[in-house]
Amino acid sequence: MKLKKIWLAAVAASTVWGAAAVGSAQAAEQYLGLPSYRVGPYAAGGTGVFGGWIDYMKLINERDGGVNGVKLVWQECETEYNNARGVECYERLKQRGGQRNVLFAPVSTGITFGVFERVPQDKIPLLSIGIGRSDTADGSVFPWVFPMIATYWSQASAIVGYLGQREGGMDKLKGKKIAVLYLDFAPGKEPFPVLDRLAQKWGFTTEKIAVAMPGNEQQAQWLQIRQMRPDYVILLTYGVSNPTALKTAARTGFPADRIVGWWWAGAEEDVVPAGDAAKGFVAGAFNPAGTDFPVIQDIQKHVYAKGQGDMQDPKRVGSTYYNRGVGHGIIYVEALRLAQEKFGKGQPVDGEQMRWALENLRLDEKRLEAIGAKGLMPELALSCADHEGSGRVRFQQWDGEKWVSVSDWIEPDREVVRALVEESAAAYAKEKGITPRDCSKEQ
Amino acid sequence: MIYREAGQFKASYEEDQQIFPIKQDRIVMATLVVATFLVVPFVASEYWLQAVLTPVLVFALAALGLNILTGYAGQLSLGTGAFMAVGAYATYNFLLRLDGLPFLVGLALGGLSAAAVGIVFGLPSLRIKGFYLAMATLAAQFFIIWVLTKFPWFSNYSSSGIISAQRIEILGFAFDTPVSKYLLTLAIVSLLALAAKNLARTNTGRSWMAVRDMDVAAEVIGIPLMKTKLLAFAVSSFYCGIAGGLYAYTYLGTVEPDGFGLDLSFKILFMIIIGGMGSVLGAFLGAAFILLLPVGINVLMHTSVGALVPATLASNLELIVFGVLIIFFLIVEPHGLTRLWQIGKEKLRLWPFPH
Repeated sequence: MKLKKIWLAAVAASTVWGAAAVGSAQAAEQYLGLPSYRVGPYAAGGTGVFGGWIDYMKLINERDGGVNGVKLVWQECETEYNNARGVECYERLKQRGGQRNVLFAPVSTGITFGVFERVPQDKIPLLSIGIGRSDTADGSVFPWVFPMIATYWSQASAIVGYLGQREGGMDKLKGKKIAVLYLDFAPGKEPFPVLDRLAQKWGFTTEKIAVAMPGNEQQAQWLQIRQMRPDYVILLTYGVSNPTALKTAARTGFPADRIVGWWWAGAEEDVVPAGDAAKGFVAGAFNPAGTDFPVIQDIQKHVYAKGQGDMQDPKRVGSTYYNRGVGHGIIYVEALRLAQEKFGKGQPVDGEQMRWALENLRLDEKRLEAIGAKGLMPELALSCADHEGSGRVRFQQWDGEKWVSVSDWIEPDREVVRALVEESAAAYAKEKGITPRDCSKEQ
Repeated sequence: MIYREAGQFKASYEEDQQIFPIKQDRIVMATLVVATFLVVPFVASEYWLQAVLTPVLVFALAALGLNILTGYAGQLSLGTGAFMAVGAYATYNFLLRLDGLPFLVGLALGGLSAAAVGIVFGLPSLRIKGFYLAMATLAAQFFIIWVLTKFPWFSNYSSSGIISAQRIEILGFAFDTPVSKYLLTLAIVSLLALAAKNLARTNTGRSWMAVRDMDVAAEVIGIPLMKTKLLAFAVSSFYCGIAGGLYAYTYLGTVEPDGFGLDLSFKILFMIIIGGMGSVLGAFLGAAFILLLPVGINVLMHTSVGALVPATLASNLELIVFGVLIIFFLIVEPHGLTRLWQIGKEKLRLWPFPH
């Protein structure tokens, strides 16, 4: 009897599963697959970024009636920030009804690595804003990958640049000791080549200390740091390991203002749980927090006022991760607009058209102001050779209640970073037998 | 009625000792093999081949490896993920550094490397048992991942420790489509599953089970403990190593050491607990259950309930439902899905006239 029930349940479940896959396809809809993560140790980032992105798309639908009349629709898939689940999501989201996915942005370096060799075959652009493989910034070898705004390598260089500014000149870094505390996952190690080269260039020494995932226990690492007495600690951690690092640092007596984090350590969710221990902590950012931007105000007015917002806690609207998600949304919608202008207004675009639009995307101050996002993200200008588009990072300090900007946009050391990007991309092209595109022939 | 073995007489030892002594089983099995090799590639979509069937096969192989060690030989291990990592990274390095090495040879060498590492970490099993052995294999799990991360040589100096698999080419034929990768995986997994099934029925397999049931008694009747236990570690790690190689080459394409963490080891352990210890079928059932259920629930959540509740709640509900289902199945049948299957078979033999 029991068996029969289980069997019936299984049949019922599979029927629904099959029916779900069919879905509806209408001409004036633009489908997007969203590989979000809302559970696990990195949920604070996932809910914020994907929440902001979805809210921006809702705003476009509500306020403008879509992009030139094309409604934005999307389908979520839970990746749990897990690579294998992410690859499964990529395959699942690839197609819905008759529509193919036009953009894949996992907001996870591991998943980016998992799919970056699949995207050229499937003709789906891979967007990795502030994450991913840094050498994919070379668009001639990686036409389908867009590590936009800034890569880990640009960021590593900007962190060193910021430390140089604080010391009063890059040459003052000579002889300084810098500890690099990194979470032992793929992106944690990504900045090393740049740090090593800059250490050589400016004469400082680095000591790299690993924290095992997910990093909620760091006593041994901070004792090690106390023994080596570094001048600065560069913090490359994400999720729960951020507040843990700050709390443990306070317990072992390392001052928070000598710790500089990357942008995945620079959100409210990363410092609030650490309480007073976080006061003075500096982190990188390519987007500030705040609700004063007109676009955020519009989201409040058109989405949240109607009770349709994606964030369960509406207070998180305007937080760092949320605004980063809105930035993702802006880039997606602007690229759609550009693709429609070239390939036909009022029609959904496909992956190849999307790729062209991303590569030719220009977001200058004027356009950002028109969107209502001036200052929310740096200006962007992409090209065939440069899929990064900006590379600038700014730094902000936690004063106990909010993030306060402590630097202007800092340019990365382009000489070092670009050389490394081209070197690494060329090595990859050679290993895989790829002939790089000739960018002088592209328009 | 259909499933009845009356009238099937065994006239020779060979007939009596076949893997499937009942005719109906043989028919079902043959149909299954034909279907998976010849029908599935034509009817399944890319998504099913790439994201569902291939990983299930790969994890079934890994679970089979662990089942040999834990289910048949009774040695609890938490190092499965690490042995898979050894297989993946060894295959990668053999193919990278020995020019023109055939893929299958590279894969086999990867498996053998994993077997060698398995023997080393199996040595403590001669002195310790049960939970204590689990701790020793846990050390293997952390040590191997640490080595792969610490020495960049293993990942060919990739800055983030991630390796990306080379193209698979066998006798000039490139395996680069989902269908061909699925068929390659299926062929390797079927062969190894057949080997495992037979191995379990030989002298070696019987001595593993003797050691599992009571090692002192096994030693008394003349089974060399050291040889038997280390052989179990070697064979088990070989299977895990091959699974690791397939995981990297036919499933994901790019892997990092952390992908083979403790989570993965536990996942595979759950597969054999849910599927059934000491059974080849159990490895397949368990892998399918653990891998596909969360995906199925996720699809359901985002299509039916997902429209009604906030997405964050839906994602959390998934984990809750998954956990509840595991507990449910373990309460209904603590011996795993294989036992459920056997009970079903017993019932079928009496159907439609149970007495």
